[in-house]
Amino acid sequence: MSSPRAAKSTASLRHRLAERGVDLSLLMLLPAIVFTTALFIYPFSYGIGLTFQPYPAVQEQFGGGVLANYRAFFTDDFLFDSVWLTMRLALPAALFNVLASIPVAFKLRHRFRGKKLLTTLLVLPITLGTVLTAQGLLIFAGRQGWLNNFLVQIGLVEEPLKLVNNYWGVMFSLIISGFPFAFLLISSYLSGIDPSIDAAARTMGAGWFQRFRRITLPLLAPGLATTFILTFVLAFSVFPSARLVGDAMGETRVMALMAYRAFGEQNDYPMASTVAVVMGAIELLVVAVVLLWRSFLYRGSTGGKG
Amino acid sequence: MPTSTFSQLELRGVGRSFGGRDALVDLDLTVRAGEFIALLGPSGCGKSTALNCLAGLLPLTHGQILVDGQRVDTVAAEQRDFGMVFQNYALFPHLSVEKNIAFGLQMRKVPKAEVKRRVAEAIALVKLEEHAKKLPGQLSGGQQQRVAIARAVVVEPRLVLMDEPLSNLDAKLRLEMRTEIRRLHQNLGLTTIYVTHDQEEALSMADRLVVLREGRVQQIGTPEELHSQPVNWHVADFMGYRNLVDLNVAALAGSEVTLTAGGVTVHGTAMEPVSIGDPVRVAIRPEDLVVVSEANPVRGGNELEGTVAVVEYHGREFAVTVHTERGTQLHVHSDHPPQIGSTVLMTADPSRVLVYSSDLDAAPSSVEEAELDEVRA
Repeated sequence: MSSPRAAKSTASLRHRLAERGVDLSLLMLLPAIVFTTALFIYPFSYGIGLTFQPYPAVQEQFGGGVLANYRAFFTDDFLFDSVWLTMRLALPAALFNVLASIPVAFKLRHRFRGKKLLTTLLVLPITLGTVLTAQGLLIFAGRQGWLNNFLVQIGLVEEPLKLVNNYWGVMFSLIISGFPFAFLLISSYLSGIDPSIDAAARTMGAGWFQRFRRITLPLLAPGLATTFILTFVLAFSVFPSARLVGDAMGETRVMALMAYRAFGEQNDYPMASTVAVVMGAIELLVVAVVLLWRSFLYRGSTGGKG
Repeated sequence: MPTSTFSQLELRGVGRSFGGRDALVDLDLTVRAGEFIALLGPSGCGKSTALNCLAGLLPLTHGQILVDGQRVDTVAAEQRDFGMVFQNYALFPHLSVEKNIAFGLQMRKVPKAEVKRRVAEAIALVKLEEHAKKLPGQLSGGQQQRVAIARAVVVEPRLVLMDEPLSNLDAKLRLEMRTEIRRLHQNLGLTTIYVTHDQEEALSMADRLVVLREGRVQQIGTPEELHSQPVNWHVADFMGYRNLVDLNVAALAGSEVTLTAGGVTVHGTAMEPVSIGDPVRVAIRPEDLVVVSEANPVRGGNELEGTVAVVEYHGREFAVTVHTERGTQLHVHSDHPPQIGSTVLMTADPSRVLVYSSDLDAAPSSVEEAELDEVRA
C-alpha cells in the first residue's frame, strides 16, 4: 500500500479556490490587465516583430535576411555611434544627480527654518516640462543670454561661452529635470534610516566621516542604486532637449533621435523599432549590472519611519 | 574588565529648553564611581533629555557637567567615552552581532587581535556565542538588547547610559534582563545612569533614584527612602501610594496630624509642614491599608467604613477595591476575601498615613502638556 495520504478536504470547491487566492476579487485586476495588454504587451511584441521585417532597401544594403535591421544598426557607424553618444550623456548625468543629491538630502534631513521653501525650490523643476526647460536654457545660457552677457560685462570671459546647442546644453537640461527626482528619492530613503543608529555610532566614538562611510552609506546604498537606475533610464531616453538645446546631428545624436529619424524622415518603421529595441536592451543591461551590485548589499530594515 | 576611571561625575544646574520651554531645569547631581543611578518619572518629565544631555547628543542650555572637576559638556559626544544603550537598541542593522560590538573598539583604533579577544569576551558575557555571526534582524528583542548592552560596555566606558532599555520587552524578559543588567553593572564595576518610568524597575535596580517631574527634581534618595518617605504626594503617587485622598487638618501635635472630612477622622503623619484648616492630601499604600480581621486589629484609632466593589486574588492575600460613603475609591489589602457589596472596616497605622500639602510647588506645565494646549487652542 502507498503511504497514508492526507485526508481529503471536505471544504467546498469555492472555499478551496479562495484559499489559493482564486475568488471574485481577482476581477479587480482586470483594468490593469486590459491596459497592460492593449498599451504595452501588444505594441511591444508588434514592434519586436517589425524589427524582423526589414525593408528590401536595408536588406540589399546590409544583407542578413530577417536580421538586416540589426545588422544595419551595428555596422552603420552613423547609427551605432548614437549608443556611445547617449551613454556619454546619460551615465554622467545620472551619476551627478545621485551624488549631488546626497549632501543636499543630508542637509535637509533636520528641521530648520525655511526648509519647506528650500525643498519646494529644489523640487519645482519637476513641474517644468522639458520644452520649457529647454526654452529657459536657450534664453538664459545662449550666446546672447543673460549669463553670457553678464560674464562678458564683468570681464570674466572675452567671448560668450558656448553652453547650449551642444553636449553641455543637454547635460544641463538632464540635471535640471533629473536632480529633483534623485533628491526626492534619496531624501525619502534617508528619512527611512533611524536617526538613533547614527546617535549610537556617535556615542561609540565615530566621527562624522566614519559614521557616513560605515553606517549611513551602507544603509543608503540600495536606495542610491534604485535612484541611479531611475535617473539613468530617464536620461538615456532623452529626446526633446537633445533636439532643442543640443546638437541634434552632432554630439547629442542620441538613440531616441535616431529612432525618430528612421521613423519620421525615412518612413522606415521597422528600422525605428529596431533602434528602440536596442535602446531598451542597453538600458536593461545597465539596470541588470546595477541590480547585481545591489544584490550584494544589505537590504533589510533600517529601523526608521520607512 | 573595566573599572571606572573617574571618582565622581557632577551635574551642576544642568538645564535644557526647547524653543523657550524648559524640558529640564536645574539638575544638580553628584554620581560616585560604581553607582547605579535611576532617573525616574512619567513621560515628558525630562529624564530622557537629561540622559541625552549627558551623552552629548543634546547641547545644554544651562549648567555644566564635570568629571573629576573637568568639564565634559563642551566635549563632543564621540569623545566623551560614555556608552549608551538606546530604547530601540539602535543596532547597526547591516552589521553582524560581532561587528556591532567591535565597532566602538575599531573607532578607538584598538589592535585587531585585541578587538577579537574583547568582542569574544563581551559576547560570552551576554551569552550570545551562537548568534555572533547573525544580523540584528535575526535576533529576538531580548537578544538584541543584550547586543546593545555588550556594544556599550565592551569599550570600557567611564559611564554607561541606559534609556528605558527594557520598555520594549515582555514582562518575563524584563524581569530577567533587570537581573542581568544589575549583574553586569556589579561584575564589570560600571557606573550606570538608567532612565525608566517603571518605579519597580528603578527601586529594584538602583543604588539611588532621582525622581523628576516636569523637568524638575522632586527627590533624590535610596530606594528605601523613596519607598517609605516620599517628599511630596506626586512622588508618593509614583512610588505606589495608590490611595490619595483629600482631607482637612483638624488638629496638630508635632508631626501627628488629625484629619477630618465629612464626619470621618483619620490620624496620620505630616511629611510636609501643614497647619490647622489646611486642605491636605493623604497618601496610603494599598498594603498599609487593610481590612480589619482577627489578625489585623484596628491600629491607632484609624477606622474607615466602605463597601466592597472588587476582590482580586493575589496569591497569599486579596486586593480589594472599596468605595467609601463619600464616593472615594480605595485600594485595600485583606487576608480574607470579603463579600462583594458587604460593608467592611479598614484600618492603617498612623505612621503609614502620610500627609502632604495639596499644592506641589507651583511648577509650570510640562513641555508636552504645553504643546498639547497649543494644538487644542
